[in-house]
Order: sequence, then structure tokens, then C-alpha cells
Amino acid sequence: MPTITIDPVTRIEGHARITVQLDEQGEVQDARFHVTQVRGFEKLCQGRPFTEMPALMARICGICPTSHLLASSKACDDIMAVRIPETAEKLRRIMNLAQIIQSHALSFFYLSSPDFLLGMDADPEERNIMGVVRKYPQMARDGIKLRQFGQRVLETLGGKRVHPGWIVPGGVSHPFLAEQRDQILGEIPEAIRITRNALHWFKGQIEFFRAEVRSFANFPSLFLAMANDAQEFSAYNGWLRFIDANLNIVADHITGADYMNYIGESANDDSYLKSTYFKPYGLANGMYRVGPLARLNMCKSAGTLQADEELAEFRELERHSVLSSFYYHYARLIEILFSIERMDTLLHDPEILGKNVRAHAAPNRFEGVGILEAPRGTLIHHYHIDQNGLIETANLVIATGHNNLAINHGVLQVARQFVKGNTLEQGMLNRVEAVVRAFDPCLSCSTHAIGTMPLDIQLLSADGAVLDRLRR
Amino acid sequence: MTNANVAKARVATVWLDGCSGCHMSLLDMDERLILLEEKIELVYSPLVDAKQFPENVDVALVEGSVSSEDDLHKIRLIRANSKVLIALGDCSVTGNIPSMRTVFPLAKVLERVYEENTTINKQVPTKIVPKLLERVMPLHEVVNVDLYLPGCPPSAQDIFFAISELLEGRMPDLSTTMRFGA
Repeated sequence: MPTITIDPVTRIEGHARITVQLDEQGEVQDARFHVTQVRGFEKLCQGRPFTEMPALMARICGICPTSHLLASSKACDDIMAVRIPETAEKLRRIMNLAQIIQSHALSFFYLSSPDFLLGMDADPEERNIMGVVRKYPQMARDGIKLRQFGQRVLETLGGKRVHPGWIVPGGVSHPFLAEQRDQILGEIPEAIRITRNALHWFKGQIEFFRAEVRSFANFPSLFLAMANDAQEFSAYNGWLRFIDANLNIVADHITGADYMNYIGESANDDSYLKSTYFKPYGLANGMYRVGPLARLNMCKSAGTLQADEELAEFRELERHSVLSSFYYHYARLIEILFSIERMDTLLHDPEILGKNVRAHAAPNRFEGVGILEAPRGTLIHHYHIDQNGLIETANLVIATGHNNLAINHGVLQVARQFVKGNTLEQGMLNRVEAVVRAFDPCLSCSTHAIGTMPLDIQLLSADGAVLDRLRR
Repeated sequence: MTNANVAKARVATVWLDGCSGCHMSLLDMDERLILLEEKIELVYSPLVDAKQFPENVDVALVEGSVSSEDDLHKIRLIRANSKVLIALGDCSVTGNIPSMRTVFPLAKVLERVYEENTTINKQVPTKIVPKLLERVMPLHEVVNVDLYLPGCPPSAQDIFFAISELLEGRMPDLSTTMRFGA
């Protein structure tokens, strides 16, 4: 049976392969997304002190190290059975927002904007951030600036842009200073301006991407995200909630103590990335999505002025929940706007300069779970320790794992729409990759990979004759 | 704008078994990326759509350790086609985090992830995915490395300095600017 292989999938955070299987008529029969490496963090942490986990687990991912740092520290707070000081919690939330800003800016400007600006069918040699620098220098500069804003906040608070420290079990390691606050506040107006411009521009582009909106993982599914009493956007504190495509609550008030009753994990024979599913519905019916789209579908309001205006407009897209994964890009921009506004509010709170920033305790429980909304979705760190505080077992459930079923389903959908049997075009293959890009999968988080085979696709007829061939 | 008369240096960035943090540090050069665009052509990278490692690469920056059969094949291919090969970051320099699994037998690592921590379909993936190596290796165990940039990750400033020096035809001296564990 003819098979198309795209290897490696590029402009995503990690490397993967896609295979598209055609039948004898050249119609797409199946399409699969394969992740091709694993590092085994759930094993290599065994026997190490639990206090080492935040710094170690941050190394899962260089794009969202702060998310792992936070989820891991929350799990350690739980093991110590402490409530961290309010000042520390607010400072951690600022870090989390900065992480969301820089990661979303990376996804939108560096990885996906070449598809929007230069076109899905553009020359593959030009279709990248350097091509954007050449043809749309202002857009490139803005993207660089916005990501830099998020990275600088992480550096100011955490001491380093990639793999910062500072966040520790029990809170943060030292207090925040007024001059650091003022420096960040000074950069906020420019960050807001860039985000608003990007939103305005992207909304104007949507009409040119109707076919992509229609076919980029556009289907009903469940959604999972953090929820709270205020029904506002929540990324740090709250419980987990599943909703369906009609916005009905399917499961609610899920905490670290019972997440395993709702979230199941299934191994695949052809990918190092496991598929996570809503356990009560089983693997076949339990597909759900996490991340920006899920979060915006979940919350009643963002909770900040400008983001709420944008959210109201976003909601006009569809009657119930927004279902096309193409809109992940749009949702990401709204989340950046929200994150900057919320950070601004937190920075104006005098409590963040408090000196009491860390709770000290020895382990008081043998088990701890930390849950957080990372840029790409719900992140869970779950540890067991022994009498000496050494890790016995660890379970990590990561955003891209939650989305794995939907990504696979989306790859198949877009392949059916754009891959047409007897001729192969670059643009259609890029669309198969672009649907993966819409989810912004972080494969270094979940595992990580690199391909060795070139993209060399041969389309063979049933008798083995070469109908078409594509290389790059 | 591209000036066809000036030959740009052909630069590749590769990410083997690491966390991409070194690539993020590369992007942390921020506006200096725009300056570099005038001098280099990014011929292969997770940021561009080239699928095959090209020939005649002037500088290859490689993040991550050698952990699978794919990585092994890849690093040899990179070496054969690159004039200067830079080990970018601690994973490529020492094995760092990925090599921590080496204290356990590979089968136990896979068992933990795909059997113990799995609800259904408990199975170790074997189809299409590359085989993992029993022992994770730093780059220099497999190929000759021309320059080491340690750090987790190395700073954007150090990466920029190294590339700038190479563009000027000098082998950068990093002995005073960086150290292990920074």
C-alpha cells in the first residue's frame, strides 16, 4: 500500500514523523502522527531527593521549563503539606504568565507566522522565520520583541531565561524588588501594543484560510482545563473540569487526589507518545483537547478588560464551543493579551514585595500532586517518596499527551482534505504538518525526537509503478 | 534583503536528545538574529523546512546527546558534511540529563513509562520509532567535535560570540567567558 512519510515534521517543538496511507485509488485511508524519542524522566528521577525535582523536571523542556518548575514545586508543596505564603503564590503566578507569553509568542511568530505571512504554498526554503525577517521585518521584530518581553520577566525573577531557578518547594527562594517590578511595568505598554496589532492582523487573515479552518482538526470533542469558582480564566489555582462540545460539564472538581479516575493513558505500538483519554468514556470515545482552545471554551470570562472584549468576539465564531483547531492560533493571541493584563494587575499589588516568601517543612506526606495550566495545556506531576524523602515513583501527564488523539484525528482529517492521490504538492504536505503546528505540540516535553530520513515521498500505483515523487 | 553577490555562511542547527533549551537560548539572541540574517543562511534547523541535512555546511551547532539509532546515524551525517561542529550545551558535551537513565537498564526505563504508568494497551513501542541505545553518549564519543559550548543552556551572549568569531574566521576562545554548570 502506498505510504507518504513526512520526516521530520518541522517548525514544531520537537521532531516527529507523519505517515499517510493511501489505498489503490489514491484516496487517503489512514494517517498517523509518530513521536520518535523518549528520555524516561519517570524512571531517571527514582532514588533522588524530592527537593531536587523542580530543577531536574524543568529540564524536560527548554521552551516551558517554568511550567515544569511550577508543577513540580506544587507537588513538593503537597508532599510537605504546606500552604505557601500569599506573596510567593502571586510571584509564582507572574512567572507562569510570563511563561505563557513567551511560549505563545514562539509558537505564533517564530513557528507558524511563516505559513500565514508567506503562505501555506510558499517555497519551503523561504517559509521560515528568516523569510519573515526578509519580507516582513516589522512583524519579525514585533515577534522577537514580544517573546523577549516574556523571557526578560523570567530572567528578572528567576535569574535566567531558560531553566530559571527561584521557584522552590514552599514558595520562592528570595523576595521580589521594587526596581525589578518597575522595570517590567515599563515594558508592558509595548507588549500590549504588539499583541493588539497581531490580533487585529490575524483576525483579518482568517477569511483567507477558510479551507484550513474547515479541516484543521475541526470536530466535536471534550475539553479539559483548570476551572475555579469565579469561572474566570485560571492557570495556577483551581480544579480540573471536563466539558463537552456543547459546553456541558461532564466531570468537575477533579483534584490531584482523583485525577487518575478520569484520565487514562494508553501506549501506542508506533509512537513514543502515549495517548491520554477521558477514562469514563474509554479510549474509543474519550478524546479530548487541552490548551488555549480548551481554556477559552471553558471560562465564562477572562477576567481582564481587553482580553474579555477579544473573548466576546472569539465566541461569535461558533454557536457553542469553538471547534476548529486552526483557532488555537487565535486563542493563543488572546491568552497573551490576558497574561500581560493580569501580570500588570499583579505587579500593582503591593503584597508582591512582601518579605515572607517561603514555607519551610520536612516531608509530611508520602505522596504529592501538582497541577498547572502550562502554555499547551494541563500539566500534572505526581510523586511518591519513601521514608527518607527519596522519589519512589513519578507519573507525569503532559499537555501534548492529552492532545495526542486529537492530533492524530486532525492529521487524518487534513490529509483527507488536501492529499489527493496521483499528484503530490508541497503545499498540501505542509498543511498536514501545519495541523500539527496548530496544536503547538511540545514533544520535548512529552518525549522528543529527530528524524534521519529525508522527505522523499513516492506515490506508487497498485502495481508498483511510480506515479509521482516529491523530495526536499 | 538578500544580496546574492555576498556568499553567506551556511549554518545548521540540530537538536538530538535534549530539551530544546539550547535552541531557545539561540533565539534569545533576539534582535541580533536580524543582524545574523545578513551574514548566514540557515540551511537546516528545527526552525526551517529542510528535511535532509545538506552538504557543505560551514557551521553545525548540535544540541542534545546521542540516545537512539537515529541520533547515531544523524551525528555521523552531520560530521561528514560540516566544516565546524559545535557541541551546544551540556547534553551534547557530557550527556547530562538524558544520560541519567543509563543507571537503569533500558528495558526498565521503557517498562516504567509504557507499562507501569499506562492504564491500557501496556506495550513498549517498536514500530516506526527508532531503537533507543542502551547507553546515552555525548557527541565526542561518536565523532570529532571542534568546539564545546557548555551550559544548561549556554547563554545567548556566548552563542552569539562563538558564531560571530567563526564568521570572522577565528576559532573562538571561550575559556574566560564560560564554565561548566553555569
